[in-house]
Amino acid sequence: MTQDLNIIRPYGDTLNDGLIQLSFTLPLAKSAHTEEAAKQLVLKLGLVEPQIVYSEDIGANFTFFIAYAQTNLSVNVNELRVIPTTTKVLRKQEIEACIKAKLGRQVVVLGACIESDAHTVGIDAIMNLKGYNGHKGLEAYQSITAINLGAQISGEELVVKARECGADAILVSQVVTQKNIHIANLTRLAELLEAENVRERVILVVGGPRINHQLAQELGYDAGFGSGTYAEDVATFVVETLIKREELGNAGSSGKSGSSGNDSPQAE
Amino acid sequence: MGKLNIDRGLVRAARVAAEEIARGVITRVSGKTTTSIERAVLRLLGVDGVDSQGVPLPNVVLEQLKQSGKLGQGAAYWLVNAMLAYELDVPELIEAASKNAINLGDAPAQEKGRSKVLMDRLTAHALDHIAQTRQARENYLCSLGEGSLPYLYVIVATGNIYADVIQAQAAVEQGADIIAVIRTTAQSLLDYVPYGPTTEGFGGTYATQANFRIMRQALDDAGAKAGRYIRLTNYCSGLCMPEIAVMGAWERLDMMLNDSMYGIIFRDINMQRTFLDQYFSRLLNGWAGIIINTGEDNYLTTADAVSAAHTVLASQFINEQFAYQSGMPDSLIGLGHAFEIDPKLEDGFLLELAQAQLVREIFPNAPLKYMPPTKYMTGNVFQGQVQDALFNVASIVTGQTIHLLGMPTEAIHTPFVMDRALSIANARYVFNTMQHLEAEISFVPGGKIQARAAQVLADAVKLLEYIAQIGLMEAINRGTFAAITRSPDGGKGLDGVVAKTEDYVNPFWERMSQGRATI
Repeated sequence: MTQDLNIIRPYGDTLNDGLIQLSFTLPLAKSAHTEEAAKQLVLKLGLVEPQIVYSEDIGANFTFFIAYAQTNLSVNVNELRVIPTTTKVLRKQEIEACIKAKLGRQVVVLGACIESDAHTVGIDAIMNLKGYNGHKGLEAYQSITAINLGAQISGEELVVKARECGADAILVSQVVTQKNIHIANLTRLAELLEAENVRERVILVVGGPRINHQLAQELGYDAGFGSGTYAEDVATFVVETLIKREELGNAGSSGKSGSSGNDSPQAE
Repeated sequence: MGKLNIDRGLVRAARVAAEEIARGVITRVSGKTTTSIERAVLRLLGVDGVDSQGVPLPNVVLEQLKQSGKLGQGAAYWLVNAMLAYELDVPELIEAASKNAINLGDAPAQEKGRSKVLMDRLTAHALDHIAQTRQARENYLCSLGEGSLPYLYVIVATGNIYADVIQAQAAVEQGADIIAVIRTTAQSLLDYVPYGPTTEGFGGTYATQANFRIMRQALDDAGAKAGRYIRLTNYCSGLCMPEIAVMGAWERLDMMLNDSMYGIIFRDINMQRTFLDQYFSRLLNGWAGIIINTGEDNYLTTADAVSAAHTVLASQFINEQFAYQSGMPDSLIGLGHAFEIDPKLEDGFLLELAQAQLVREIFPNAPLKYMPPTKYMTGNVFQGQVQDALFNVASIVTGQTIHLLGMPTEAIHTPFVMDRALSIANARYVFNTMQHLEAEISFVPGGKIQARAAQVLADAVKLLEYIAQIGLMEAINRGTFAAITRSPDGGKGLDGVVAKTEDYVNPFWERMSQGRATI
């Protein structure tokens, strides 16, 4: 199969067939009309050869559709500009060694699920000792002081804690979101950190199923991680960025001289 | 005699330890009440509405009494006393109080006999109202009937009560038996109950009495059309637990999420406050015939479902004893557990079966609430359907009662209308095609499933005996549940714990505990 990276289309069973699977609901009772409406909608999306393969009356005048269609559009992969978070993810031992050799102190990482979000499953997977899927969390790292504040932490509270513990990095999680509340929450936090003069001193990272690196950067974060992220992905980014910043002589502004070997949250 | 051949002596030992644990806590907090219990009493006596600033009137009155240091005698005492002193009915008195024209605590003491007559009348009126509501449920169940077991439980969570109604009615048409309106996430930490219908909330909808009423009416309509009674669920938790219990009792909620420890562990609410509030709210829930849903499933979202399985069982024993302390019968104690083992684990499903069957056999008369996979849901909606299908199998073959449907879009968003339809269809398929499989199944003596169940039970007994020794508050302090530590004097809401004076009056507390030993 020879691929032309200038023209990439979805693949069903033949290169460039452009096949796409869709499912959606229309707020109409099931009828021939409703089915036609679904088909027209797929066509209006710019797709061709729409096939409504399944439709079901799901009550209260709603009809659910599963459809297949094709697209003639394509993506030129050569033209894409994507900023990867890190080039190579280090393993736990490598991260520990790297902190010892190049920073010589505890790295303080503060984690929280902010504002309305009460779902700690994401932040726990990264922070808690046990981690997720066999990947130990940051609490298991000897050279990292990991403080997990848990759920529904307000931006104001986070700022206070970040100052108190002298955080090197803040990890923010947004798991369950509705009507894009996560964007509002994240924007507000970034602005708050800026206004409180904390933003410059920390590495600000956000994670969650609706997050990617690009979105994070647009919102003023240093990095964003989506689903399938483990503690070492985040730790690698934090540690490498920290080393880069200290090498650039930014250490002064963070108030960290590399002398603190104390793992107490009150180290500063 | 059961399929797991469990050691009944161990089950008895677990109950003995759990009872000691619950009694230990009750003793620790006896002699105290809370601001939220007193607000609940005010609501029961007819205080409702908001002042010109939008502050709920129970809070307005409560603050008056608290600031003058008079709460120890109980809000009921001051309310009735002031009614007699100023010859006003409840709305008149509260209006005057909210305008600061009257301070309830300043009224001259009235003759005891007269106070008692009025108190008894108001109390009887409130309890009659609850009894009538309970009777209305019985009547509906009689005339309409209900869905078959396990009940299909789905959530709505749009943030807008009117949109919730549309989603709920669609869910009923799809086959749901129970609708839970998920609460907006920040509400558990509000020290007041918002007022009136609401149309904005995140991750859920505000629990208000008006919202309860709107949804109740909608489900009665949908149930009449569908030909079965539809149960309504909300959250009797957080800082306003007892007040929500009052609202639920009046507006005919059928189930309430009400855990003895959830608020302490997951919302960092002070434990004295929580234990007192859960005691009083369970009195009310029991009186109103409301099934409580305990929250053990939550432990497994932070702790591991294999290694922490015994903490779930231990907590169920503790929740059961706390419910007994409040006089609840088994039929109202909906103990929670969950299907949360890592799908990649070899024989993980066997462990799930062992746990579900174990809980069923230990609590044979409890309407068990079984929670779906959430922790290992990935965003792959197709794989999610498969995980939920296995959960459905575990539920039907172990005879669970309240079956909270898993959603393929778990970990992505609150459910869309079609997510619910797909999940209900999935469960109905599994339940129907395996309707009588449970009766055909036995487990290999000494096999993996029996051995696992025996291990979990033995570990739970050990844990309960350890907790009984050090006390529950200290156990929570040491991070026994969900690997989270909370101290007895930490957390939110401690300032709402108030010492009762010797002449403390709470007519509901007395009536509803019906002569049992009480706090």
